[in-house]
Amino acid sequence: MKKIFLIFVCTLCSVWVLGQDKGSMLIKNGTVLTVTKGTLASTDVLVKDGKIVQIGKNIAAPVGVKTIDASGLYVMPGIIDAHSHIAIDGINEASSPVTAEVFEGDVINPLQLSIYRALGGGVTAVHAMHGSANAIGGQCETLKLRYGTFDNDAMKMEGAPRTIKFALGENPTRVHGGGNNIVPRTRMGVEFVIRQAFAQAKKYSEDGDTYTKNKTVKDFRGAPPVYNLRLETLAEILKGNIIVHCHSYRADEIFMMLSVCKDFGIKRIVFQHVNEGFKVAPELAAYGAMASVFSDWWAYKFEVYYSTSYNAAILTKNGVTTSINSDDSEMMRHLYHEAAKTQKYGGLTDEEALSLITINPAKQLGIDARTGSLEVGKDADIAIFKNHPLSVYTVPQFTIVDGIVRFDRANDPADMRLLPDPKQNMDEVYFSEKGRDHCMDGTEFLFNLSAEAGAKADHSLSTDKK
Amino acid sequence: MKKIQLLTGLFTALLCALVFHIDAQNPKGKYGTFALTNATIETITKGTILNGTVIISNGKIISVGTNVTVPSGAEVIDCKGLFIYPGMIDGGTNLGLSEIGSDPRTQDFNEVGDVVPQMKALTAVNPNAVAIPITRVSGVTTVLTSPSGDLFSGTAALINLHGYTPEQMFAGFEGVVLSFPATGRKGFFDRRTDEEIKKASEVGLKKLNEVWERAVQYHKIDSATQGKNSGYYPEMQVLLPVVRGERVLLIEANASKDIQAALKWVKEKKIGKPVLTGAAEGWRVADEIAKMKIPVITGGVLELPTRDYDRYDQAYANPALLKKAGVKIAIRSSETNNQNYRNLPYHAGFAVAYGMDKTEALRAITIVPAEIFGVADKLGSIEIGKSATLFICDGDPFETKTQIKNVFIEGWQMPMSSRQTLLYDEFLKREPGVSKK
Repeated sequence: MKKIFLIFVCTLCSVWVLGQDKGSMLIKNGTVLTVTKGTLASTDVLVKDGKIVQIGKNIAAPVGVKTIDASGLYVMPGIIDAHSHIAIDGINEASSPVTAEVFEGDVINPLQLSIYRALGGGVTAVHAMHGSANAIGGQCETLKLRYGTFDNDAMKMEGAPRTIKFALGENPTRVHGGGNNIVPRTRMGVEFVIRQAFAQAKKYSEDGDTYTKNKTVKDFRGAPPVYNLRLETLAEILKGNIIVHCHSYRADEIFMMLSVCKDFGIKRIVFQHVNEGFKVAPELAAYGAMASVFSDWWAYKFEVYYSTSYNAAILTKNGVTTSINSDDSEMMRHLYHEAAKTQKYGGLTDEEALSLITINPAKQLGIDARTGSLEVGKDADIAIFKNHPLSVYTVPQFTIVDGIVRFDRANDPADMRLLPDPKQNMDEVYFSEKGRDHCMDGTEFLFNLSAEAGAKADHSLSTDKK
Repeated sequence: MKKIQLLTGLFTALLCALVFHIDAQNPKGKYGTFALTNATIETITKGTILNGTVIISNGKIISVGTNVTVPSGAEVIDCKGLFIYPGMIDGGTNLGLSEIGSDPRTQDFNEVGDVVPQMKALTAVNPNAVAIPITRVSGVTTVLTSPSGDLFSGTAALINLHGYTPEQMFAGFEGVVLSFPATGRKGFFDRRTDEEIKKASEVGLKKLNEVWERAVQYHKIDSATQGKNSGYYPEMQVLLPVVRGERVLLIEANASKDIQAALKWVKEKKIGKPVLTGAAEGWRVADEIAKMKIPVITGGVLELPTRDYDRYDQAYANPALLKKAGVKIAIRSSETNNQNYRNLPYHAGFAVAYGMDKTEALRAITIVPAEIFGVADKLGSIEIGKSATLFICDGDPFETKTQIKNVFIEGWQMPMSSRQTLLYDEFLKREPGVSKK
């Protein structure tokens, strides 16, 4: 009995350690793609307690620190996916056009296999986002892929700024105007919903301020506004404490949102998907808005019909801080390849292309002081590749988060589930579009399209998942 | 005075021509005699030719080699530092049958009914689909465009991506599509009990066998009456050449159990020209496929593993494992929802990164699909007498950054523009910028 108890305690401890610990290592003799400070041949990277402490030649391994031989390999910052829906158990709170009160941070699932698969593509951090059903969706969570932990909170990137999902265009109008028969049904309605919400939040905030300022004044008879988490959250956006990540496609709606931001003094905005961002690139650049795009996805719905795969290049060359995201648990495994497509479509340099999946998404999530490049003092979130990561022949070999190896191609077993379901049918087979953790997951019921019916209909019905 | 008038006239004419030229947003293809000189030629079937020349005339390749005389009047394209490859063939798309993924009004690949092989893809292919130039400027010159749905959903057609009528696009192959009845669970959302699943798969297989039996009967009657007294059964008329082993049957199966069931069915029914498509879990039963010598069009490669307990890179490694077992394989992209068939070389490239021989991967998107479709006398390699369907590029076509410089389809030099490149030209440096003045 004692033995069993001891094993139990040990297991618990090891799980805790996996989740929290920071590792130390020496990565020897690789081609180091720092992204921000050039490419260094035959260079070592020394990691201590989860941080990069030295980058240089011929660094001696401190006693007890293990070494990864990166000879002939490429060492780059861990890839950051600024738009993902993995590692969360709820994507759309599609019950109202405004749901700023809900948090993805409440529904983190550290056991999802997509986390390991993303590590297999060199990804070390993701922006786990609310879906796009609502004009103002829920708050998102920036996660580090500490696969192995059973602790939901250990997945969160401590200290990362708060972010929230907004959505324009077809999705909110389809869900609410179409599915629920309420505003918004049009892009006009979307603007109204957002402006109304901000106006209410502004009033709420002002009422609160008035009360705080006057409550000690003699004969003051006012009351504080009734606590409202939705308005509290929106007020924080107005104060600049939450970064808006706005799902959008068409140039007109992007421009509309810029106007709304201008009117309410919101400075921190990142447009997501933003397929027609290239059409308003000068406006985005002038405002300081950022863009997180697909490399080449188009044609899956009408509002992306007039897309171009040159989008990322046009935005970059117009001075917009741009990233490439996946919004898909398959594509997120080869964001390095998606970044390389900007070399085909628009001739971006290696550094520009790599920035799209490292330092730029880090800036968009407000975590660039800690991640997104290989620099002394930054978190040791590192991906090591065989062949240059922008080559189609590249293969991720190691993915390191906080100095801990979370993916090791040569040594990991085939089955990497943390918690296999003993009742799972051995013949359970998933194909392509299913279970890829998309933007519109959880809204099927609104379109009289149950998951089963959707699966059966397969090609014949709407396959729009973005 | 007259001189001034003449000059003004000339000037106006010049201006008109200029304006006309600017107005011509969609430049046209060009037909003629071309000499592609100083190129590295990847013939696929006959090795690599350094510093070689390809002569294109009357739609065909009329010479290939290092000792080639350029015919007088030929337009010379100097390919110094460049490479020539045969056009890439995507063996499974719905190009021209679907315009926008979420809009049913633009989708023409899934007719009502599950025994409708008479629905011909070639009827509904839109030769002016926006995705066609977008695909061909990336070097994918030929695709199988295919109906999909339950059981016999229609007849797929091989098309070249240039032409203004389906007839002009037709590349010489049609095959009947069969979605093999699924025997297993479809995914986590499939909440049917094991018994229900078993029953459903039995129902599907029973239906397939009934249809097949009718087709065999139809064949017997048709043979006995020399085709004079077999009545009007349009679906049976289409299945007839399949029964007789004259036409290819494209059998879509992905789960290992489904593939096994399909193999068994092919054996039992003595299907003459079977081709297995999809085969996502082909690696699981690769030896069984190889033993039956059934060619496979597999893909997409850029997919998730089909099962939770499989290795993370299993889908990437599938083509290599099939090939290793001795299966004849072609690779398809399957990027139907995004109409991104231009990514075909990357599916092949990933297959190489995860174990496939590079030459084999190149064959899997050129000569092998051409052989599977019975058009290897025209497509799939750079050889004298073949269709001049090829592209010129500045590097390895699998490498992401490689630029496709020129595309020829059946001897027509394609304009290297698409709506996506036109948008780039217009918006890279937008005018006006932020301020209109």
